[in-house]
Amino acid sequence: MLKEASIRQPLILGHKTYHDITKDICGPIEGPAPREWKIAITIAAVIAIYGLSCIAYLVATGIGAWGLNKTVGWAWDITNFVWWVGIGHAGTLISAVLLLFRQRWRMAINRSAEAMTIFAVIMAAIFPVFHMGRVWMAYWTLPLPNQFGSLWPNFNSALMWDVFAISTYFSVSLVFWYIGLIPDFATIRDRMVKPGMKRFYSILSFGWSGRAKNWTRFEEVSLVLAGIATPLGFSGHSIVSMDFATSVVPGWHTTIFPPYFVSGAIFSGFAMVLTLLLIMRKTMRLESYIHVKHVEYMNIVIIVTGSIVGVAYLTELFISWYSGVEYEAYAFINRFSGPYSWSYWMMMTCNVISPQLFWFKKIRTNLAATFVLSIVVNIGMWFERFVIIVTSIHRDYVPGAWGEFHPSGIDIGMFIGTIGIFFTLFLLFARYFPVLALNELKTILKMSGESYKKEAEKH
Amino acid sequence: MANKVFHVMYDDDQKLMDGARALVAKGIRVKDVFSPFPVHGLDPVIGVKRTRLAIASFMYASTGTALAILGTWYFMIHDWPMNIGGKPSFSWIENAPAFVPIIFEFSVFCGAHGMVLTYLLRNGTLPGMPASNPDPRTTDDKFVMEITTEQNGGMSESDIEALINTTDVYELSIKNY
Repeated sequence: MLKEASIRQPLILGHKTYHDITKDICGPIEGPAPREWKIAITIAAVIAIYGLSCIAYLVATGIGAWGLNKTVGWAWDITNFVWWVGIGHAGTLISAVLLLFRQRWRMAINRSAEAMTIFAVIMAAIFPVFHMGRVWMAYWTLPLPNQFGSLWPNFNSALMWDVFAISTYFSVSLVFWYIGLIPDFATIRDRMVKPGMKRFYSILSFGWSGRAKNWTRFEEVSLVLAGIATPLGFSGHSIVSMDFATSVVPGWHTTIFPPYFVSGAIFSGFAMVLTLLLIMRKTMRLESYIHVKHVEYMNIVIIVTGSIVGVAYLTELFISWYSGVEYEAYAFINRFSGPYSWSYWMMMTCNVISPQLFWFKKIRTNLAATFVLSIVVNIGMWFERFVIIVTSIHRDYVPGAWGEFHPSGIDIGMFIGTIGIFFTLFLLFARYFPVLALNELKTILKMSGESYKKEAEKH
Repeated sequence: MANKVFHVMYDDDQKLMDGARALVAKGIRVKDVFSPFPVHGLDPVIGVKRTRLAIASFMYASTGTALAILGTWYFMIHDWPMNIGGKPSFSWIENAPAFVPIIFEFSVFCGAHGMVLTYLLRNGTLPGMPASNPDPRTTDDKFVMEITTEQNGGMSESDIEALINTTDVYELSIKNY
């Protein structure tokens, strides 16, 4: 048995056995739904239904129902898209990168991070899909033989790359998540007494039996999927950034975008994982598995990625001045001093300044402070996308065409609605699915469990 | 002679490992092991070979690469060339940099899904398939080793049972097949 250095803090607190892990994770699924859960999902579902009715109105009326105008043709829709897809790009990336680096604390967060990915990417997809206007023609983005020529999609376009990148990322993340879930569903299946629920988990578990060969294949598949999901995540958000970077709009036309967007995605993804996990560990009593050390590790990643994002903001400013191109320079002067300067400073405060508080150990190990800062980061990352998109296009080369953007009720309703749908899906996940990779957790128990580590120190 | 199946249960992965080592050293063939999580180091002991799924994945991904190259050439160069932002529409190789993202994504798509489908088929894990673990506790905290008289032709049933009982067994069940 591999022993871990004793100076490393244990990842599983208390005296746990393999059976305790099963019980702690499966128990909440087997018992009746708690009252808080019912209240939370009711609120989320009401918001979700409001969002869906806004979408229905949008489809029936046309995308003129959004506040877009001739000058600002992309605003909240694409801001929301990039915000959600950024959160989405982080989950699998987090899980896969931590697996490749053999980080054992990954076991506590990977399942929820991957679930978050899947739900966030679905939310992200809503915006560009409905932005197409005639949404029933969305399949035109696929290279299908047709009666117009055949006319094919334009594979030179970054928007087409995006269709392929996001649908590939979504489907690969989905199988990555599900492959990990199968053995855990089998555990729930074998514990369930109610025949209906047993049948339900029996179907979900695909008849998993846990043979030695199955586990060998499981580990190989997880590793290879992690190996290809990592470049996939990087390419995915790089391609999202190319939606802007391949244009000629000052403020968008920058080569720094791909790495800057990817670190922004990991930054916002960790913030969202923290928001979700801090609530989940409390309500589902998972304090032994997700504790201060896990939160501290995630906060350290937030400092690193937040600082990369900060350097990117400053580099953009510097290059726009150094280039000597007055349009380029104006785009950035307008960002921090124009009519949308409030959003620029909001972004700077939330993304660059406030995460630096995590340098203090007291703050990064304080759960309440982490919770507040994780939400601040998410607000900041929404404003980052708003700043990049709207402030770059609202004043272009011809001052006569300058304009401003004001969101309509449908803009706001759809954004709030996607938050409702996201939380409805996440709450369903937390209720019916194993929220921690319980069987993988068992593999680290003897190395990183508190009582086992204490036992090992005696020898 | 009727084929007998021994299901040897251990309550700890270390006991399982020690048991497997001891039995294999005495010449017993272990048919299979059912465990709640991957027990590292067990495979070489009981003679499970390394899986070739990674190689399969590489082959699926290469197929994806080839298809994507063929597709971009056919759609963009051969069938309906268009002048898009002055990009060369007459030669695939000159337009290739713009196709790199699509080729990459499609390769990953084929590599990942091909491998996962192969994995599910080879494991026999598909929606609605029946589970075959001998005891429901093997997905919780127990480890079961399966030994058959059929695979251990040289030994009598009682010999095998005696050898099994020298290890730290938690429970033993013997069934006729």
